Amino acid sequence: MGNQPYKVRVGMGTCGIAAGANKTYEAILPLLQEQGITPVKTGCMGMCYKEPLVEVITADGKSYLYGNVGPKEAETIVQEHIVNNKPVKELLVLADEEKTEHAPFMEKQHRMLLAHLGRINPESIESYLEVGGYEATKKAIGTMTPEEVIAEIEASGLRGRGGAGFPTYMKWKLTREAEGEQKYVVCNADEGDPGAFMDRSILESNPHGVLEGMIIAGYAIGATEGYIYCRAEYPLAIRNLKKAIADATAHGFLGENILGSGFNFSIQIREGAGAFVCGEETALLMSIEGKRGMPRFRPPYPAQKGLFGHPTCINNVETLANIPCIIARGAEAYSALGTEKSKGTKVFALAGKVKRGGLVEVPMGLTINEIVFDIGGGISTGKAFKAVQTGGPSGGCIPAALGDTPVDYDSLQAIGAIMGSGGMLIMDEETCMVDVARFFLSFTCEESCGKCTFCRAGTKKMLEILEAITEGRGTESDIDLLEQLAHQVKAGSMCGLGQTAPNPVLTTIKYFRDEYLAHVREKRCPAKQCKALIYYEIDPEKCVACGLCRRNCPVNAISGAKKTPHVIDQEKCIRCGLCVNSCKFDSIEVKSGKPETAVQ
Amino acid sequence: MRKETNLAVKDPLAAIDAIVRRHNITAGATIPILQEIQNTFGFVAPEALTRISDLTGIPESELYSIVTFYAQFRLQPMGKNIISVCHGTACHLAGAEKVTETIQFAAGAKPGETSADGLFSLEKVACLGCCSLAPVVNVNDETHGRVTPDKAQALIQSLREADQKENSGSKGESRNGKPAV
Repeated sequence: MGNQPYKVRVGMGTCGIAAGANKTYEAILPLLQEQGITPVKTGCMGMCYKEPLVEVITADGKSYLYGNVGPKEAETIVQEHIVNNKPVKELLVLADEEKTEHAPFMEKQHRMLLAHLGRINPESIESYLEVGGYEATKKAIGTMTPEEVIAEIEASGLRGRGGAGFPTYMKWKLTREAEGEQKYVVCNADEGDPGAFMDRSILESNPHGVLEGMIIAGYAIGATEGYIYCRAEYPLAIRNLKKAIADATAHGFLGENILGSGFNFSIQIREGAGAFVCGEETALLMSIEGKRGMPRFRPPYPAQKGLFGHPTCINNVETLANIPCIIARGAEAYSALGTEKSKGTKVFALAGKVKRGGLVEVPMGLTINEIVFDIGGGISTGKAFKAVQTGGPSGGCIPAALGDTPVDYDSLQAIGAIMGSGGMLIMDEETCMVDVARFFLSFTCEESCGKCTFCRAGTKKMLEILEAITEGRGTESDIDLLEQLAHQVKAGSMCGLGQTAPNPVLTTIKYFRDEYLAHVREKRCPAKQCKALIYYEIDPEKCVACGLCRRNCPVNAISGAKKTPHVIDQEKCIRCGLCVNSCKFDSIEVKSGKPETAVQ
Repeated sequence: MRKETNLAVKDPLAAIDAIVRRHNITAGATIPILQEIQNTFGFVAPEALTRISDLTGIPESELYSIVTFYAQFRLQPMGKNIISVCHGTACHLAGAEKVTETIQFAAGAKPGETSADGLFSLEKVACLGCCSLAPVVNVNDETHGRVTPDKAQALIQSLREADQKENSGSKGESRNGKPAV
């Protein structure tokens, strides 16, 4: 029973749970209890690719992080490390004492916003207070005037992390100066970009950090009420936020007369109902008001006339999470990070075909290559790095050749992409860029609210053209038509959704025109992804006639008797690829083009 | 929390009344009311809209415009198992399309529809945020990561078998779980 000095944390964010962290926790709990240790359920530790993660901390504070820990591995860790005091080298991902192969994942990061993620228990306010939580709130409310707070945010150079990069202090100042008794702070937690999970991780793993940002914002602009508009798809984030609001209220950080200052502030949560457009600030306000999420015309800006007609300041989750960091360490220290016009750090959700995918935080100005190769460890498939997509459906595809571009608002905008909210999707040579453009367009077309004709009908027309191209029915003039339509949709749409929807199309045409041309001229998909432009063939030399593919084919397109190589009926084949997956002998090949022309 | 169709709510009208009353009928309560109705019943029935309209004075047409605007609301009861295939970017790159297709064949339901036997509802959803585990499939709110087409097929098969056990094999299908086309 002499092992209490060890502390153990289990990562229980959504990613961890999806990878099986619940089972790991159930397995490790009784084993640790036998040793007199209670494991801490913490949030996202960032290394999503190694989930479930378990961290063992020694009495002198040395950390050992273990990855891919299932129930069996959990038992090994407890037996070897906790009982026998011998770290389990094979399962080790990161360790203070030793440089593992995964160490570079952390080396170029600067974890400021994410400092507490994966360390504290997000369900416990005490856990947050132990690491200096609510000190920024005390400092702001107790020692600074609202004007001083705004001046501090101005000096920090913080720009909105939702994507557009509008200076945060400006929003605050305008809302403060706007006339009106009732003012609101709204936290935009409607993280709708596919491929983005930064805000979810922050809300789940450190909800108090966001609440602090809102309280300080409320104090600075003179608001008494705050709303968090969170996606319903994030049940864990909502649960942890509710607990955090109740705890903060009980501790006097929310409610009436906060910290004896006379400042009143309360926060409510509103669950989104599944509409991407509600990430746009005016649509979000409509949704909180209980209406269809259709964007409103600006001006008047929300700072003048926002929620229920009152001055409202809307900030994104990550922006608000920056606030306590700025107040606590001071604007000067904060603005030492980053580039001239983009200060601080940016959190990215690194995913796609990258070896080490996860949640990363880097100082602004790091290059794309540094993120992809140094932090991400390069391409997971072993194929060549082709492109990176930032900003989701509003962003652009950046080719590998521009990998030296620094990641900051202005450099990304200069090459036709945007910083976006922080999704960063890595693509290899097996990714078809025309298909990527089609994918994003089908998303925005579906999510267009329908108010503006160009967005509603224009994205639909663009999608039809892209579908035609990926199905081998496209012509060269279609590419020009696409570009023309793209500019019209941008110009003719009222809100950010329509204004940015064409970006994936424009950037893929700009940087990967040859791929479009292969689709329309040669009716070929070089990446072998577009179903109508590929076919499957069984290599009779390699086929051992095991019959597995025949049995797995959902449309009975494969025939063959015992001991005779099997054949695919190209007429029946729906190109689902199940046969390729089932073949144990690598005998089924994906080919580009049409079967008649390829067979010589 | 399983989003199962719950037609067994004893007194549906009383349940609706209680939900509406719990939310003060202030501006902005409409969506939370509808969300709670769906959580209680599994879907939003036309009768529920009529009742809410009677209680709140919000025109039924406006309520209908809201439930059809937001993707979360369902106007029909769902199948016994709800399969949501993530079609976020990372999942798309990792082959979500193939996974959906496999499930469509195995479960006998197209995306957005429920299988004829009522066992499966299949839906494509926008990003679930587990991008590092792509492709991701949610089955009755349990997340499965790195789903290959064969894994998806096995998943449907196991749900089918679980149901057969419950009903002592009344809805038998062919051996590999394909529906009779």
